[in-house]
Amino acid sequence: MKDISCKLLVIGAGPGGYVCAIRAGQLGIDTVIVEASKPGGTCLNIGCIPSKAIIHAAEEYDRIVHLSSGRNSLGISAAKPELDFSQTIAWKDTIVGRLNSGVSSLLKRAKVKMVQGQARFRDGKTVEVATEMGHQIIRAENVVIATGSVPIELPSLPFGGSVISSTEALALSGIPERLVVVGGGYIGLELGTAFAKMGANVTVVEAQARILPQYDAELTKPVAKRLQALGIQVMTGAKAKGLVRSGDALLVEAGDGSEVTLAADKILVTVGRRPVTQGWGLEELVLDMDGPFIRIGERCQTSMRGIYAIGDVTGEPMLAHRAMAQGEMVAEIIAGHRRAWDKRSIPAVCFTDPEIVSVGLMPEDAKKAGTEIRLGHFPFSANGRAMTKLGEDGFVRVTARSDNHLVLGIQAVGHGVSELAAAFGLALEMGARLEDIAGTIHAHPTQGEAFQEAALKALGHELHI
Amino acid sequence: MGEHLIKMPDVGEGIAEAELVEWHVKVGDLVREDAVLAAVMTDKATVEIPSPVDGEILWLGAEIGDVVAIGSPLIRLKVASEGGDPSGGSEEKEAAPPVRAEDIEAQADGAVKVSDAIVEQQGEQQRRNAPPRPVEVPQAPAVRLHQPPVARAEGEGPVASPAVRLRARDAGIDLRQVPGSGPAGRITHEDLDAFLTHGREPARAPGLAQNTSVEHIKVIGLRRKIAEKMAIAKSRIPHITYVEEVDVTALEDLRAALNADKRADRPKLTLLPFLMRAMVKAIADQPHLNAVYDDEAGVVHQHGGVHIGIATQTGSGLMVPVVKHVEARDLWGCATELNRLAESAKAGLAAREELMGSTITITSLGAIGGVVTTPVINYPEVAIIGVNKIMVRPVWDGTTFIPRKMMNLSSSFDHRIIDGWDAAVFVQRIKALLETPAMIFVEA
Repeated sequence: MKDISCKLLVIGAGPGGYVCAIRAGQLGIDTVIVEASKPGGTCLNIGCIPSKAIIHAAEEYDRIVHLSSGRNSLGISAAKPELDFSQTIAWKDTIVGRLNSGVSSLLKRAKVKMVQGQARFRDGKTVEVATEMGHQIIRAENVVIATGSVPIELPSLPFGGSVISSTEALALSGIPERLVVVGGGYIGLELGTAFAKMGANVTVVEAQARILPQYDAELTKPVAKRLQALGIQVMTGAKAKGLVRSGDALLVEAGDGSEVTLAADKILVTVGRRPVTQGWGLEELVLDMDGPFIRIGERCQTSMRGIYAIGDVTGEPMLAHRAMAQGEMVAEIIAGHRRAWDKRSIPAVCFTDPEIVSVGLMPEDAKKAGTEIRLGHFPFSANGRAMTKLGEDGFVRVTARSDNHLVLGIQAVGHGVSELAAAFGLALEMGARLEDIAGTIHAHPTQGEAFQEAALKALGHELHI
Repeated sequence: MGEHLIKMPDVGEGIAEAELVEWHVKVGDLVREDAVLAAVMTDKATVEIPSPVDGEILWLGAEIGDVVAIGSPLIRLKVASEGGDPSGGSEEKEAAPPVRAEDIEAQADGAVKVSDAIVEQQGEQQRRNAPPRPVEVPQAPAVRLHQPPVARAEGEGPVASPAVRLRARDAGIDLRQVPGSGPAGRITHEDLDAFLTHGREPARAPGLAQNTSVEHIKVIGLRRKIAEKMAIAKSRIPHITYVEEVDVTALEDLRAALNADKRADRPKLTLLPFLMRAMVKAIADQPHLNAVYDDEAGVVHQHGGVHIGIATQTGSGLMVPVVKHVEARDLWGCATELNRLAESAKAGLAAREELMGSTITITSLGAIGGVVTTPVINYPEVAIIGVNKIMVRPVWDGTTFIPRKMMNLSSSFDHRIIDGWDAAVFVQRIKALLETPAMIFVEA
C-alpha cells in the first residue's frame, strides 16, 4: 500500500479525536484520522449516548409502571406496561448508528481522510495501521493521541460470563433478574437505576463509605433516597471478593466485616476507567507519564515535539466534553494559532435519578483553598415548576467568594438539572458575580429560577423562601 | 432657626493669627456638634476646630492658605433653636469654640486630632440625635470614580469572558498583566482595547516618554512657614559663610571610647553634644554670637543662656527643636535632651515651647553632610554652625602623609552684627576645642 503523508494524524475517533480532526479540516490542515472501531468512541458507541437511551427507556417504563400501580395524584390510570427489551436495544442501536454516520459525514465534509484499523507507532513521526487490506504507513508532521479509556477490571472479578462491564450492560438481550453492581460511582448508579426501573433486582456494592464519593453528602442524599425508593440495596464500605464456585453469586465482605453472598445473574463492574496506553506502540515513544496517563502541558503537548495527547488518555476528569475542547484547541495550535488551556470549569453531570450537575468548585474545595466563601442554597421544594413536575427533591447551590462575590462553583441535584449545566458553565466562564446571576431575569416558571434564587440567597435577599 | 458664628479661636498664648490649612466641610453641609470643621496651623502645630453645635454650614470665611486673625469670623452655621437649648433663641449667637488643649493629641503628621473621649462623646450624640441626618464629616467622596484593581492571589486566573481570553491570546497578551475595570476585577473588551493601545507603549521605550504633566501644589502649613522664614532670613540678613576644616581624629577616638564604655541607660554619643559643649566654651569668650537681633527695633538681645536650635528633618519638613540652657548640661545631658527633642519633633509631638527660643543653631546632615554648605541663619539669630561629613583624608605632618579623620565646619553669620574677624575667631576656637577634646572639659 502506498504510504500516506499528512500534516496531522489523529489516533482515535472518539469525541476528542473526531472534533480535533473536523476542526483541523476546517482550518485547511491535511488530516488523517485512524480508528480501529466505529467513529464516535466510547461516548457515542458504548458510553454516554447508549446509556442515556437506556436510561430514558427505563424512565418511561417506570413512569407507566407507577401510573398502573394504583391511584396517583395525577388521576391517571394505565394498564401495566410491557417491555420488549430487545426492541429497546435495537432503538438504541439506531440512534448510535445515526450518530456514527453523522460523525463520518462531518469528517468527510471537513475533508478528513479516515483509515480503519489498529494504529501503532513506529517512531514519533510514523504510524503503521493494520487495516483489512494490509499495513498502511502514515507519516505525519503532527500526531494527536486520542486513544481514550476502557473499564477497569478487578483482578478478583475478571470480565467474562456473568461478570460484565458497562459495554456489555448496554447490549444485554434481556433484563437480568438479579443484578449486582460493583462500584457506586456515576456509571454504576446510572445503569443500576435503569435496570431496577426495568424490573431487575439490583444491589450496589460500594467500597467507600457512601455512593458518589466525589460529591458531598448534601448532593448525593436525594439520589440515595431515590435508590432506596426503587428498592435498590446499597452496601457501602463493602468489598467484592469474587464469584462463588458455581459462578451465580458474588462473595462480598460487608462493612461490618461479615461475608455476604449475593446471588446474581449479572455482575456489573463499574469501578472506574483506565487510559488506553497499550497496543499502539507507546513503547516506541519517549513520553513523560503522569501516573497511568500521558503527561501533557497547557497546550496538550507531550514531552515529544509534534506529539499531542487529548481526552481520557491524559487524565481526569475523563469526560467527552473535555476531550472535545482539547481536540478543538490542538487543531488550532497545529494551524498556527496561539492557544492554551484556559477553561474555568469542566461541568460534570450524573444522569442518576435525580440528576446531579456540578460546575467549578465544591464549597469544601474552596474552603480548603483558603478562600472565604458565601453560599446560596435554594431547594426545588420552593420552586413552582419543580412542584408541577412532581420533582421537588434537590436544590441549586452557589458558592462565591465573600469579598467580591465572584462565583466559584455551582451544583444542583434534581429532576432534569443536567440542562442547567449550560447556564452554570456560562456563568463561570464569563466570570459572573452573584449580582450578575441575581440580576438576570430567569423565565418563570422554570427550574432555572432556583439558580437565580440561590444567588439572591447568597446575597442575603432571597425572594421566594 | 438661628445663626451661629464661629470665630477663629485663640489657639495659643501670644498668637495673633493662624493659617487655615484644611476645610472639612463645605457650604450646605449638615454637621453635628463636635464634628471637625477645619484645621488651622500656628507656628508648627496644627489644631482642629470642632463644631460647638449641630447645624448647617452657611458661610465659610476663609480659603485654604489664608492667614486669619484670632477672633475673626470664620464660619456661619444655621442652627435649630428649639427648647432645651437656653443659649439658643433667634438672635445671632457668637461664640468661639473652646479648644480643649487637654483633649488634643499631636499626631505624627503634625496634625492634632480629637481624643478618643471626644470621639466617644460624638458617637453617643449621633445615637441620640437621629434626625436630621447630617453628613458624616469628614468623609471621602461617595462617588468612586475608579474601582481599585482587585488583588489576585498567586496562580489565580484573571477574570475574563472566553471571548476576551481568545482575543488576548490571539494578540499575544498575558491577561494577568491587564487591569480589569469590571466587577470583581473582570477584564472587559474595553480594558483589553486600552491595554492594546496604551498598555504596551512604556514597555517599548522605557524611560524615554515625555511627561508633560504639571502638578499644582499649594504651599501651605509647615512648608509655608519654612518658606517665609527662609525668605526673611535670606532677604534681610547679609550672610557671611566661613568654612574651616577640623581634625576630629582625637574626638572620634574619645567618642568611640565613651560609647564603648558607657552606662546602659545613657544614649549613644554623636558628635553634636561635643560640638554643643565646645560652642558653650567659645560663646563664653564671644557672648555677642549668642544673640537674637531685633532689626526693626535695632536691638541685639544677647542671652546669657545658650539655647541651641537643632535643625531636624521630619516627615513634614524642617523643624528646629531647641536644647535649652546647654551651658547647664553636661555631655550626657546634652545627648539625652538632643535625642528626646529629635524624636518628638520627628513624631510630630514637639510642644510649641520646644520649638522656640533658640539663640544659636546647629545644622548637620550627618553622613550626607557634604564637603561645604552655606547654612541659612535661623532668623533672628546671628550665627549658625554647619557640620559637614567626616572623611579620612591624607594630612602632611611635616615628614609624611598620615590618614586623619577630617571634617569641615561651614558656618554663617549675620554680617551686620558679626565682623569677619569675630566669625573666624569663633570658628577657630571651636576648631581648637574639637581637635583637642580634653580642652572642652577642662575648666578655664
